[in-house]
Amino acid sequence: MFKKPITTPQKSKLKSSVQRSLRQKLLDQFPLLAPHIDEILPKKSQLDLIKLPDKISLYALDSNVLFWQHFDDALIPHLRLVHAYPHAFPRIQVDRGAIRFVMAGAQLMCPGLTSPGAQLPDAAEELKPGQVVAVGAEGKENACMVGVLKMGTEEIKKVNKGVAVETGHYLGDGLWKFEEV
Amino acid sequence: MADTTTETTVPAKVTLYCGICTLPPEYCEFTSTARKCREWLEKEHPDLVATIYNSEAVEAAMSKLSVNAQEKAAKAEAQASKRAEKEEQKAEREAAKKASSRVTLKRVERAKRKHVIVVTGLEAFGLDLKKVAKDFGKKFACGSSVTKSAAGQDEIVVQGDLSDDILEYLEQQYPQVPFDNIDQIEEKKKKKAEGGAA
Ligand SMILES: [Zn+2]
Repeated sequence: MFKKPITTPQKSKLKSSVQRSLRQKLLDQFPLLAPHIDEILPKKSQLDLIKLPDKISLYALDSNVLFWQHFDDALIPHLRLVHAYPHAFPRIQVDRGAIRFVMAGAQLMCPGLTSPGAQLPDAAEELKPGQVVAVGAEGKENACMVGVLKMGTEEIKKVNKGVAVETGHYLGDGLWKFEEV
Repeated sequence: MADTTTETTVPAKVTLYCGICTLPPEYCEFTSTARKCREWLEKEHPDLVATIYNSEAVEAAMSKLSVNAQEKAAKAEAQASKRAEKEEQKAEREAAKKASSRVTLKRVERAKRKHVIVVTGLEAFGLDLKKVAKDFGKKFACGSSVTKSAAGQDEIVVQGDLSDDILEYLEQQYPQVPFDNIDQIEEKKKKKAEGGAA
């Protein structure tokens, strides 16, 4: 999603009503963030909306992007947020071999998630398509990518072919390097 | 995913980010600056080096190498440390240069009883003159721009008699410029006959 550096963003202040509904949406999507929401997004804070081409909106607090979305889709956290609250986001894991590809901006394919070094939740805790997931990596503590599941985790195991996670934000991409001026 | 009760007390995790590539250091090995990254970690967080670069896999792989390859690896390591040493010396030289660099706030009379302050030497402290000029302009609500001096050196010209204010602001806002390195001077006027007034 952010393979190229971000340029010429347009920034505006978010209406407080919009900010409230975003806050609610964030909590609906990630209930485990509830204990931290006041820390992440204090009640009296002012979020900035940064509009990028291709209907991407970044939401930033004091020049730090907290999360973003494509059009009106799911809110996706910035990786810094994932690193700060790792337990609040459902996690899958790629094997070591896939890290290099993820960080080069390649789409995350099923086999990288089903090999011995990878991890997917058990069937009982299946994650459905559309779920926002943090992508960890074999032997690494922190997530290297965050994105949206294109297939459910059980389907990934079964089909084991094709793109598994899309709309990704990964370490070192344009969003990671984006600093507001 | 209910059961938040045990999670409520987990505080935000503070993640260390690499001073070179900005990623968590465990991912430095996948960047183009991997070597510099490692040197940074060795310097800034020596206690973490063993954990982050431990990977038994790497060691296991090393032990499987032929004697020849092991010698090569050792040679590469030696070269790397030599390079690191050279860069360190270079950094030291630069630090020494910085310590002796002067910043000058020169008060220059433009029109009668109007002054500008010409600030020179900030670039030696790694500052972006354009940004600093903009900063001055905002802080003092006055014109402030980067121009080239006759000698071809970039300097910041601040429109207003603000030498003391700039000095104070530099001290607060730009701690990388040692206060003792800043000089305030007055441009010597070409002694015209002080016509008129008596
Ligand atoms: Zn690094």
